[in-house]
Amino acid sequence: MVLVKKLVLDVLKPHQPNALEFAQAIASAGGEYRVSVNVLEVDENTETLQVVIEGDAIDFETIQSGINDLGGSLHSIDEVEVQGKREDR
Amino acid sequence: MNLLEQASFLLRITRSSDIVRRYFVVNGFDGALAMLGLIIGFLVSDAGDLTVIINVCVGAAIALGMSGLSSAYVSEAAERRRELGKLEEAMITDLHDSAHGEAAREVPLLIALVNGLAPLIISLLILLPLFLHQAGFSLPLPPLYAAIVVALLVIFLLGVFLGRISGVSWLRSGIQTLLVAVVTAALIYLFT
Repeated sequence: MVLVKKLVLDVLKPHQPNALEFAQAIASAGGEYRVSVNVLEVDENTETLQVVIEGDAIDFETIQSGINDLGGSLHSIDEVEVQGKREDR
Repeated sequence: MNLLEQASFLLRITRSSDIVRRYFVVNGFDGALAMLGLIIGFLVSDAGDLTVIINVCVGAAIALGMSGLSSAYVSEAAERRRELGKLEEAMITDLHDSAHGEAAREVPLLIALVNGLAPLIISLLILLPLFLHQAGFSLPLPPLYAAIVVALLVIFLLGVFLGRISGVSWLRSGIQTLLVAVVTAALIYLFT
């Protein structure tokens, strides 16, 4: 079993909801995720974010669906940190 | 998220809170002035049958409500669809299932409700003395005069609300809207 510990995502999103609400929504998608958002670029209707998510076992599907629900679009996964875990037999 | 939080979130992401507030004041003011005009018209005509007066006023209030509801829905739905289209173009993605898609469908309904209910509720509030009198309650003033007092009070309060939003003196703003009502009443007396 492999647990995802950290993800760095490149996300395009509309101006609203703002970066704080966006980060809160992603954090609340999982148990105890730590989320930091860095606004890299601001255009007329959109902004590009670097989203760093850290947690004990990140559920990527839930994160992606949360981003889409808020009108965002995941462009790339720029960094990952995973940890293998031996399963007891 | 409960219903109120959801509505507030959708209004926030579409930046529509100020539109809702504007519609509430503009159409609420419409309703209050229309009722004031009707009641003064009945006073000037010396109409005696309170049932007829109530039916005419309630009819006008319902028409104002329906007009506000339908006109706001049609215009806001078109506006939101256009905004969503622009956003989808910028995002190069389909936002139908996102919060923005939901907002494009639900925010026009919310705005239409406010635009329709504001004149209806304000009109019914102004007509309250007429309903009470008909139900047998005794009022300190004749019912039509009591309705005029309520109308002036509501119009003053709408001005106070506007004053608080814009950060100017609430008293000055209230008196300004009250003056509009007084000028309206004077014009009705002048031309009837």
